[in-house]
Amino acid sequence: MNNSKNREIHLNALSIGLATGAYALSFGAISIASGLDFWQTQTLSLFMFTGASQFALVGVIGAGGGALVAVVTALLLGARNSLYSLSLSPVLQLRRRYVPFAAQLTIDESTGMAFKYNSSRNISRRAFFATGLSVYILWNIGTALGSLGASQLSDPGMLGLDAAIPAGFLALLWPRLVNSSPRENRKMISVAIVSALVAFLLIPILRPGLPVLASALVAVGASFMWGKKDTPCG
Amino acid sequence: MWMTVIVASLGTYLEKLLGYLLPHSFLERESIRRMTGLLPVSLLAALVAVQTFAVDDAVSIDARLIGLTVAFIALMLRAPFIVVVFLAAISTALIRWIGWLP
Repeated sequence: MNNSKNREIHLNALSIGLATGAYALSFGAISIASGLDFWQTQTLSLFMFTGASQFALVGVIGAGGGALVAVVTALLLGARNSLYSLSLSPVLQLRRRYVPFAAQLTIDESTGMAFKYNSSRNISRRAFFATGLSVYILWNIGTALGSLGASQLSDPGMLGLDAAIPAGFLALLWPRLVNSSPRENRKMISVAIVSALVAFLLIPILRPGLPVLASALVAVGASFMWGKKDTPCG
Repeated sequence: MWMTVIVASLGTYLEKLLGYLLPHSFLERESIRRMTGLLPVSLLAALVAVQTFAVDDAVSIDARLIGLTVAFIALMLRAPFIVVVFLAAISTALIRWIGWLP
């Protein structure tokens, strides 16, 4: 019983790792196309290790948005990881010395698995670390292969790599729009459309990178609006 | 560039660490939970718009829009991430090669 459970967890962890490793290929390629070198790209996958923030950082840099705007955008996108670690901490109940290590592996995939297998603390831990490590290793291998591949190209625009960037963001956004209740999905889709529209309209007005940051205000506004409506006690 | 890479990496690591150090009651603030759920949606949607249409601070309708449309269709058909990105890049390159759009 326990063995088959473990095998299931390991298999799931491996397949999630393989899937994310495959899209690390596109991260590596896009990062090189945005003007980072091999080691800068690899440093992001080794130390930042949170996909959406990595894509955003290189995307903003590639679009000429400047360092500060790129960092702030990456941090805003990474803020959800704080929420993950906050909710994981009572589930995993880790000893202090494991916390710095677990923190680095706290991402969408490992958090999802820890909550999916929550029948006991040990099973949750196994799901979390197996997924985190599998993704970490394959994400870094994928990044290296992708950036080595892209380094061989003379003009990334020729291969449509500049279009791979918005497609990648759309693919990262997609599961957040379709995986909840129909009512919640509709809310998410409307926030997404309004944010995209706001950013689009601000392109000619603000410096590159800033329209994306400005769109964060849509999230702030929506959370206050719906917060009041949904929780009468406030 | 190195400075940007290091500062951003350190910052996102501290974000991950933060949740393990804060008291759990912090999560019970509904507004914080809601906002962290909505922020990625806003930012990712805005990134899609900007990366599709912006050239510096001007709006440009070019072959990237075809790539995004293809990506959208692929996602509707539940294609995996790498396939979505690959199809977007290939279709954009193709449109440019034919010379329909820059």
